[in-house]
This record gives sequence, C-alpha cells and structure tokens, in this order.
Amino acid sequence: MNDSGRFFPALRNWAAPVGSIVLMFAIWQAVAAGFHVRALILPEPSEIFSALLNQPHYYLTEGLYTLQTTMIGFALAVAVGVVLAILIVEVRLLESTLYALIVALNSVPKVAIAPLFVIWLGTGTGPKIAIAFLIAFFPIVIDTVLGLKSVPKDMLDLANSMQAARLDQFWRIRLPAALPSMFAGMKVGISLALVGTIVGEFVASDRGLGYVILTAQGTFDTAQIFAANIVLGAAGIVLFGIMSALERKLVPWHASQHREA
Amino acid sequence: MSAALATAPRSPPQAARPPAPIHIEAAGVCKRYGNASGLLALDKVSLSVREGEFLSILGPSGCGKSTFLRCVAGLESPTEGSIHVHDDLVRKPPRNMGIVFQRDVLLDWRTILDNLFLQVDFRRESRKRYLQRAQELLDLFGLQGFENAYPAQLSGGMRQRASICRALLTDPDLLLMDEPFGALDALTRDQMNLELQKSWAASSKQTILFVTHSIGEAVFLSDRVVVMSPRPGRIAMTLEIDLPRPRRMAVREMPAFAHYCAQIRELFGAMGLLKDE
Repeated sequence: MNDSGRFFPALRNWAAPVGSIVLMFAIWQAVAAGFHVRALILPEPSEIFSALLNQPHYYLTEGLYTLQTTMIGFALAVAVGVVLAILIVEVRLLESTLYALIVALNSVPKVAIAPLFVIWLGTGTGPKIAIAFLIAFFPIVIDTVLGLKSVPKDMLDLANSMQAARLDQFWRIRLPAALPSMFAGMKVGISLALVGTIVGEFVASDRGLGYVILTAQGTFDTAQIFAANIVLGAAGIVLFGIMSALERKLVPWHASQHREA
Repeated sequence: MSAALATAPRSPPQAARPPAPIHIEAAGVCKRYGNASGLLALDKVSLSVREGEFLSILGPSGCGKSTFLRCVAGLESPTEGSIHVHDDLVRKPPRNMGIVFQRDVLLDWRTILDNLFLQVDFRRESRKRYLQRAQELLDLFGLQGFENAYPAQLSGGMRQRASICRALLTDPDLLLMDEPFGALDALTRDQMNLELQKSWAASSKQTILFVTHSIGEAVFLSDRVVVMSPRPGRIAMTLEIDLPRPRRMAVREMPAFAHYCAQIRELFGAMGLLKDE
C-alpha cells in the first residue's frame, strides 16, 4: 500500500510530460508525412532521429563540449555573483554604485556583446565561457541580493537579542534565509548560460552544438539542425534537473518544495 | 489540564515577604524617531519592575509599548532617559534575557529542537547540557514528539509555543514578550495564557515584561498592569492586580476581575479610544 502510494505519484509525474512529448512527435510525424512537407522545411521526426542515431558519437561529443562550457561559465557566475551580492548587501556604498550599475547593465542585451569577446579572447573556449558567465551572472546577483535583503527584520532582532556575532548571523540566518531566492536566480541562470554558450559558438567556433547547427545551416541539412536542438533540449533539461535536485537537497524546508495534498 | 495547573505551587502571598529587588529601572525614557521634530513614540516613561514580577504593558496600537520593550531588550536605544537591568545600563541586549515576538520567528530550515538550540549554537555551548531542559520545556508546552518536525508542519499555536520554549531554554531571569499571542485565535490564546502562567510559576523568580493590547489577557496574567496612552506613549495608569494565584479561567467570572477590566476600559473611554454609546 505504502509502496504503491510512493510509486504511482512518481509514475503520474513522469507519465504526463513524457506522454505529451511522444504525442507531439506523433502529430508532427503524421503532419509531415501526410501532407508531404519537404524535408528542407520540416523533416519527419523519423528522419531527425535517424540523423541522431547515425552519428551518435558526433552529437554526444559536441553536446558534451557545449555542456562543459556552459557549466564552467555557470559555476563562475555563481561564484562571482554570490560573492558580489554579499558585498553589495554588506557595503552600503557598493549598493548605490556597483549594484546600480549592474541593474542598469542588465538591460543591455548581453548577446550583442558576444563579438567583443571574440576580439578580446580569440576563438577558443574562452569567449564562450565568458558569454555564458555574463548572461547567467545577472539573475544570480540580483536574486541573491534580493534574498539577502528580504530576511525578515524580526529574525535579525532575534539574533541580536541572542548577542549573535555578525558572521554567525550571516551563516546561520541570513544565508539560509536567502537560499530559496538564490536558487530561483540560479535556475534562471543555468538556462541562460546554455543560451550564452550557443551564442558564443554561433559567433566563432569549430566545436559544440552551436557550430553543428551553423554547419548544418550551410548545407541546408534541416534534420541535423533539429537533431542538434533535441540534444540541446535534453542538455537543458539535465542542467535544470541538476539544479532542482540540488535545491531539494539544500532547501527541503521551503514552501515551494512541499507538495500540497 | 486545569487540574495540573491548580497543583502548580506559587510563592507565598506578597504581603508575607519583603519587596523583591528592582530588576528593570526605566527613568524618563523618551524615544523620538528621526530628528528633533520627529515622531515622539515614548514620552518620559519611568517604571520599576521587581524581580519575579509579571508586569503587563497595555495600550492601543501605536502607543509605543513595543518600542519600550525593544528599548529594554537593547534592540533600540532611548533618545533620552535610561534603562537599567540589574544595575547595568542597557546599551546592548542583556545577556540573561529571553524574548518572544508577535511572530514566532522560527527558522524554517531548523527542526523544532534545533530551533530551541539556536542561542546555544550562537554561544558555542554544548547542546548536550541543554537537552534535558529542552525536553522538559517541550513536554510542558505539549510539543513532545515534535522535536524533529519542521516549523512548516506545525500550527500557529504550536509554533508560538516552540518560540516560547526557545526563549526559555537557557532559563533567563528576564522574559520579554511582545504581543506574543496577538496572532492566535481566542481559544488558543486562552490556552497559551494558562500554559505561560504555569511555566512562570514553575520558574524561580522569573521576571516577565508582557506587552499586549488585550485587557482581559493583561489582567488575567499580571501582578501589575501599566496602561499607556496613545502617541506619544505615556504611562496613564498603574494597576496592582490582587487576584489569587494560580489563576484559572474561572477567575474571569470574579467581580474583582470585572472591576479591574472596567477601570481600564473607563480609562480607554476617557482617552477617546472606546466610544461606548
């Protein structure tokens, strides 16, 4: 009874999204085949999957390269973003200067800066990491600052009434209280980091899924573009899944983690 | 429940013993926010609280009663005047003090037991030393079995009970309570009043400074009720409550109880806070 109670909700949770994806491909297959749509415009899913399965090693290598670049850029964004956010909250001068600047710069479309990084850093992995970093950095800083600043005042009163040291207040109260907001920023950030990497690979590259897509565009190989996008989608789901799992592990107490009965 | 309360012993009647030493001495406390023409929240409040006394500060919203409590707690400093706790001028939170706010302020990421240990962790003391006391308190407030629950799993009343346990863990000789039951439903509130009285009776000479806007609650719980006027907050009346202890719910049906409440209501009426027509 208990086992089935645990098993069926899990099955229900997976069945619906997987089922809808399968259904989407089925309709797509039916439309593309039934109306004889040209493969150049919209290839049948069967062609896309056979493109994937013909060169699994190719997509896997390029996909892993893109994933690796994304994760390095994202990790840097978390490290730099969280430290900067803490400084902004702790040092009042930085809030009116640095933070104001960050908020202003956030409105600049970061992808438009991508060519600059190629000029500065060349055509290797460097500029892609830089773009992934830059685009993921903003939501992480902004949400971490928001989280640290929205710690309830009476919570800090409580800590002060207990004569807690400043550092203790940070580690035991302010940081844990900010974690849910930080995760919100990081979940946005990790998806954006993937976008940044692809943009970097579009601008100048000879590796990665962005490069695969550009090459396929040159040869009008529409199936390959779709295949690369499917791999990209899978990579995005994996990255988001890692963040969600981490969130469940670190903030199991937060309201967003409680499933309503 | 009431039978258990009735057996809780309370120290002999006040007349039989010499007056207890002063615990809190507030002299001419003013609190003004902003500049010299800013909002005056407290106006020359002078008050002595004896050791072991249960003193309530009663007043309408915004009368500065919470501000006064925060000044005693060292969370705010008076603009003028001074507050001494045990002869020490309050500049920062006194060491031997527990505080309960209107919100329970439990840390969501800590279990109930870990929440109780917060101050012990801050002080880098051994949790083991306080484990037995924690268990006693949880039993007293009916929270046994919830040691490892998270605050989100508890009702509002249970959460506030846990926050009282947290304040009492290190057996402070001074307990400050800032409208602790204001957010609870009436029935839970009555129950909490009884439990608080019981825990106070079991303590050794614990002084409680209790801020509330409920007349009945203040009279039921206190040795002395200090009524404050609306802004700027001044002491409008001090009322010694001479009702037998331990007090049961039935105390509220006593003519003396009704008389105390009526006196306060009359004062509120005179201040224009209650228009009874």
